[in-house]
Amino acid sequence: MSALLSVRDLSVDFTTYGQTHQVLHGVSLDVPAHAQIALVGESGSGKTVTMKAIMGLLRQPPAHIRSGQIFYDGRDLLTLADSERLALRGTAMSMVFQDPMSSLNPVFTIADQMGTILKYADRRLGRSRSARDRMARVHEVLAQVRMRDPERVSASYPIMLSGGMRQRVLIAMALLSEPALLIADEPGTALDVTTQAQILRLLKDLVTQRGLALLMITHNLGVVRETSSYVYVMNKGRVVEQAETATLFANPQSDYTKSLIAAVPRLTGGTRYGTVTP
Amino acid sequence: MTETIPDLMLSNAYQNWYRFSRNPTAMIGLIIVVLCVTAAILAPYITPFPDHVGAVTNFRARHLPPSAVNWFGTDNVGRDIFTRVIFGLRISLLLAVVVLGIAIPTGTILGMAAGYFGGWTEIIIMRVTDVALAIPPLVMALAVAAVLSPDLLHSMLAIASLWWTWHTRMIYSITRQLRTQEFIEAAETLGASKFHILFREILPNCVSALAVQTSLDCGFVILVGAALSFLGLGIQPPTPDLGTMVAQGASFLPDFWWESVLPGCAILFLALGFNLLGDGLRDLFDVEDVR
Amino acid sequence: MTAMLEIRNLTKTFPTHSTFGRQTGEVKAVADVSFAIEKGQVYGLAGESGSGKSTIARMIMGLTRPTSGAILIDGQDIAGQIGTRAHGRRVQMVFQNPGASLNPRRTVAQSISVPLVAHGFDQAAQTRRISELLDMVQLPQAFAQRYPHELSGGQKQRVAIARALAVAPKLLVLDEPTSALDVSVQARVMDLLTDLGRAMDLTFLFISHDLSLMRNFAQRVGILYLGQIVETGLTAAVFERPTHDYTRLLLASVPVISAEEEAMRPIIPLIDGEIPTAEKLLALRGLATGKDTP
Repeated sequence: MSALLSVRDLSVDFTTYGQTHQVLHGVSLDVPAHAQIALVGESGSGKTVTMKAIMGLLRQPPAHIRSGQIFYDGRDLLTLADSERLALRGTAMSMVFQDPMSSLNPVFTIADQMGTILKYADRRLGRSRSARDRMARVHEVLAQVRMRDPERVSASYPIMLSGGMRQRVLIAMALLSEPALLIADEPGTALDVTTQAQILRLLKDLVTQRGLALLMITHNLGVVRETSSYVYVMNKGRVVEQAETATLFANPQSDYTKSLIAAVPRLTGGTRYGTVTP
Repeated sequence: MTETIPDLMLSNAYQNWYRFSRNPTAMIGLIIVVLCVTAAILAPYITPFPDHVGAVTNFRARHLPPSAVNWFGTDNVGRDIFTRVIFGLRISLLLAVVVLGIAIPTGTILGMAAGYFGGWTEIIIMRVTDVALAIPPLVMALAVAAVLSPDLLHSMLAIASLWWTWHTRMIYSITRQLRTQEFIEAAETLGASKFHILFREILPNCVSALAVQTSLDCGFVILVGAALSFLGLGIQPPTPDLGTMVAQGASFLPDFWWESVLPGCAILFLALGFNLLGDGLRDLFDVEDVR
Repeated sequence: MTAMLEIRNLTKTFPTHSTFGRQTGEVKAVADVSFAIEKGQVYGLAGESGSGKSTIARMIMGLTRPTSGAILIDGQDIAGQIGTRAHGRRVQMVFQNPGASLNPRRTVAQSISVPLVAHGFDQAAQTRRISELLDMVQLPQAFAQRYPHELSGGQKQRVAIARALAVAPKLLVLDEPTSALDVSVQARVMDLLTDLGRAMDLTFLFISHDLSLMRNFAQRVGILYLGQIVETGLTAAVFERPTHDYTRLLLASVPVISAEEEAMRPIIPLIDGEIPTAEKLLALRGLATGKDTP
């Protein structure tokens, strides 16, 4: 069966100060339905550009999609009209943003923000819901992300919530319209490691329970190993390696992947720092 | 971890010029300012009747409309208005230079001191600034003129004595923001002196705001100066001054309109140039988007 | 043998205020912390946000005054020395965010010269020393004229290290020096720090939330939670046989990339609620924390 999301040979240019650089060179990746895929790379690898291209968040100019296709459910997103593309965003595929501190509007309550998102998503899908039904759905989703007191949370302003709770609100926002694909951009990176562990566990549980497909964008190999079954490694705008997670760590093929794995410090000790032997 | 667009290693100056030159109104402003400043500097060499700035009368050529000989026509004693306008630009620009030359360093130092040291320094400086801000510069100039003689120098000092307040406020808020930045804390832990931190760490970060504010201020100061000389507080005749020319020509409206309107247009043109330049600089330094 | 750094019963409390400025209570950002670092060693302070680790670093650097307790560097109490040249010659700090710790309007050479000027180096001596330092941190001499925005994250951090070592301090406080860097760049910066530590006989206080990094760089570690050291000891021992619940929670939360590492992690039951930190406790009480709290 063909994949839910399929990126084929995507090439993207960026023009800054009159000079054009190619930032993506023929990137291809597949996200099958119900699968958990990771896209891993360091800064400048092109993973964020790829993600933005998929979500349609790439501003052209200064970016320019030179060639390639992005298939979702068989349709090439790049050939769709803006309105059709917009109809998919938030409904069929949803994104969980990276920084919970800046991704929420500080002057509106959570209920306002989530209610608005749901209202517009419904409109795009041609559905209509009463305000009360919308709030019910908001509370339902907040409970799904393990909020003990959904009513209190929805009545709060972002500043009243801790970082971990805000990240869970962002996940809840992504789940509102029951998407088939969740794209998570470095979730929990801005949070403490204990909170991040909770968030990752939550994501994993949600995805397996609800049968969602997950595309996780990250720079952290440990996160990859814990959340994904298949991984694409990007470097300098190219996919340099792709494999099942266990295979990648056990038997990395490309030099870049090998050096990346070697650079990660081990909790068991044994990573030697220093180039001069004492 | 942020995704970076490829490092282009272009100098700051190149990047800034690239963005600035693609902003049409900013370039227009720059051209106007350069044109006016050059014309003012070269006034004796480029004007057709340079001696008309003195006490020259030519009653046979009074009130002549704009023509090929007198581009802006002649005034009520027969002097060429175009020549006098160009020389008038000199006075306006001189006013801007003197006033801002006093106001900007004063305001900057006071603002930095208030923002960095806090405590009583901050309280005293900012309250004095608040009081000074409440006094309208024009009224101050009138008061000074009433006490001393109406004179360009006195007017300039009157304006300068109140103009520093805006800069103090602006630099104060920038300094307060910068004070908590890591590189300032780093400088403190490295043992840098207070002087060093203020003038070598904080001040370079104020430069862009200062550039924008200076440019916009030039426009305002020129307008205020023109208003003062319109009221008779500017430089005394026969030295040409744009505001005075507007005032003198006003009595001949609407028949000999060029005597009042054209110097007025010159004021407009000059102030517009500085405003557009200032806005362009503000867009340049504030906006991160690349076109 | 005197320890290079000794912290004795260090405490820092911040008062909290009501709307009208009346003091309503206090936050103990650092509560009775004590530890010592022997010369030439690396001591790691592991903790999350709100643990007090940054406050401890700031007190050592003299940016904040302790409420009580003592800080001794090389046997001398620093209380009377804060802000003096002597203090700056003994301890320096590498900050977390290299982009923020370098003045964007100053060149590399100008940034590095800040401590040199403060300690009375003349122009010629400055130039020589800057050149020396660039070599030490393995940056090309041409970088001296570059501005921070013309450098990568790793290069900026090397400049920050060069600047911290400019007047040859004996003690270096590293506050999350690599958390803003890519993992491959991190490895190279850690290599550099290790080499320099050996070459200059430096003592390090290494503050980080990254336990895997801590394991491979610090010989001894202290786990900081809500302003207190809840567990301390040799890194290997603490990580392999943790006794305090918080240590076990931290270890269980680290994302690891191999089965061996997973096997050594404690297994703890799933915790659903939020782990309290000073900031969260205050937020729950509905009070806003001031800028000074870590």
